[in-house]
Amino acid sequence: MTGLGRIGRLMLIGAPFLWLALFFLLPLLIVVKISLAESKIGIPPYTPLLANGSKGLEWRGTLANYVLIATDSLYLRAYLGSIGNAALATALCLVIGYPIAYAIARSPSVRRQLLLFLVIMPFWTSFLIRVYAWIAILEPQGLLNQLLIALGLVTAPLPLLNNQFSVQLGLVYSYLPFMILPLYGSLSRLDQSLVEAAADLGARPLQAFLGVILPLTLPGIAAGSLLVLIPAAGEFVIPDLLGGPGTLMIGKVLWDEFFNNRDWPVAAAVAVVLVAALALPLLAAQRFLEREHAA
Amino acid sequence: MLGFGFLYAPIVLLVLYSFNASRLVTVWGGFSPRWYGALFRNEAFGAAALTSLEVAAAAATLSLVLGTFAGFSMARFGRFPGRLVFGFLLLAPLIVPEVILGLSLLLLFVACQSWFGWPSRGMLTIMVAHATFGGCFVSVLVRAQLAGFDRALEEAALDLGARPWTVLARITLPGIRPALLAGWLLAFTLSLDDLVIASFVTGPAATTLPMAVFSSVRLGVSPEVNALATMFLAAVFVLVALAGWLMARQERRRQTTPRIRPI
Repeated sequence: MTGLGRIGRLMLIGAPFLWLALFFLLPLLIVVKISLAESKIGIPPYTPLLANGSKGLEWRGTLANYVLIATDSLYLRAYLGSIGNAALATALCLVIGYPIAYAIARSPSVRRQLLLFLVIMPFWTSFLIRVYAWIAILEPQGLLNQLLIALGLVTAPLPLLNNQFSVQLGLVYSYLPFMILPLYGSLSRLDQSLVEAAADLGARPLQAFLGVILPLTLPGIAAGSLLVLIPAAGEFVIPDLLGGPGTLMIGKVLWDEFFNNRDWPVAAAVAVVLVAALALPLLAAQRFLEREHAA
Repeated sequence: MLGFGFLYAPIVLLVLYSFNASRLVTVWGGFSPRWYGALFRNEAFGAAALTSLEVAAAAATLSLVLGTFAGFSMARFGRFPGRLVFGFLLLAPLIVPEVILGLSLLLLFVACQSWFGWPSRGMLTIMVAHATFGGCFVSVLVRAQLAGFDRALEEAALDLGARPWTVLARITLPGIRPALLAGWLLAFTLSLDDLVIASFVTGPAATTLPMAVFSSVRLGVSPEVNALATMFLAAVFVLVALAGWLMARQERRRQTTPRIRPI
């Protein structure tokens, strides 16, 4: 609507814009600032960047926190571990989610609504509780091990919890709906006559899929992958509850630096590096999601 | 349909085992509601639940206002200066890892406190943090529904001499009521569910329900948490079913009665 007037428009855009600038952008700048400070005991637990010295105000910033991150292999392994885990989870979500999204898109209308509802429903239930539910299943005396032993498939309980397997399972389980929804969006807009045309021209199902369906749903694949990859890379709850001593993920490292070591500047530097690593995927995500909005 | 089994099996098992008489979570000791009794006598959970509900209601309401403004701007104002940045600011909080949102907001609040002596960390700071990402979720829903909204209705009202703000209040907002309702509920449940951001920005005074649950879950599986989770799921299910029923009823009414109402 155009008749709302300049002031009306300014208010409608300005209020949320200002809010986000104040509570999203500004905080990120403060993180950068504190990542250049040194940790100290006190309130707040970091040194000021500018302090009165012999020649007036002096710059006291330091890159020591970044040097620590670059030289201590713990951080590098945690970043790589996070990206590796998130990438594998993304690939698995894609492989599992694509057939589901396809089946939903091809269902009759009433059943499609129901299935979509079932995919969205987990968004409404507690994330923490859904992750926690897996502990009872994967424990050494847990339900899955009991089942496997009862079936005679294994004789001793398998180590299913607190390792790489359980973290991966938790990631895929938690982020699967984020993959299915954009895929469904792409697939439901797919012009079915194109697939039929390919079949009429002699394409086998696999050829039609690779040559027609897959390329046309690439925006959905990209959007879904980024919606899984980015938050999964910084995940804390899953590696903390389902992970073990061998799982290194940067979200948990950041949490521990902050809450256990109380080293705010190092935590801030870890966050800055993570944001920098995720900046490009984030921009790409915006591009693909805007395209979805436009379609 | 194996996929849906994968999505729902853990939840179903959790509900089932909340009625387990045995303290051992993986041994079935017969049906019993004892953990629900234990849950209600647990005062730490009770106080935390009250805190969480208060924060969530306030955060959802603020989210609704901010998100509706933002969603309306993105859907209706076409190109305006800063639109790309605005779109990015609305999207980023939805996918940036929670640890980053939590840490950055905490550092903002700490800086504010040292500059202005305000705010002290607690329920207010959690509410502000939750309203920030809640508003972004609401804006997505509002924008999507506005995209499918019949603009001829608005134009007809304008042609008949209604002022733009009247049209907004009497035609547009009632028209997107399902998105507003869903948006408020989504912001509410997301706030109720958030562990990571709240843990960063809270002070010693405020413990939310997820924080209480997390500290007991870290020690292992607890039957009381199973009972709590089941009640949470039941509440969500009732709310979602109610919202679905209301929307279906509204849809039926819209189809059977003329759509024109006096302005």
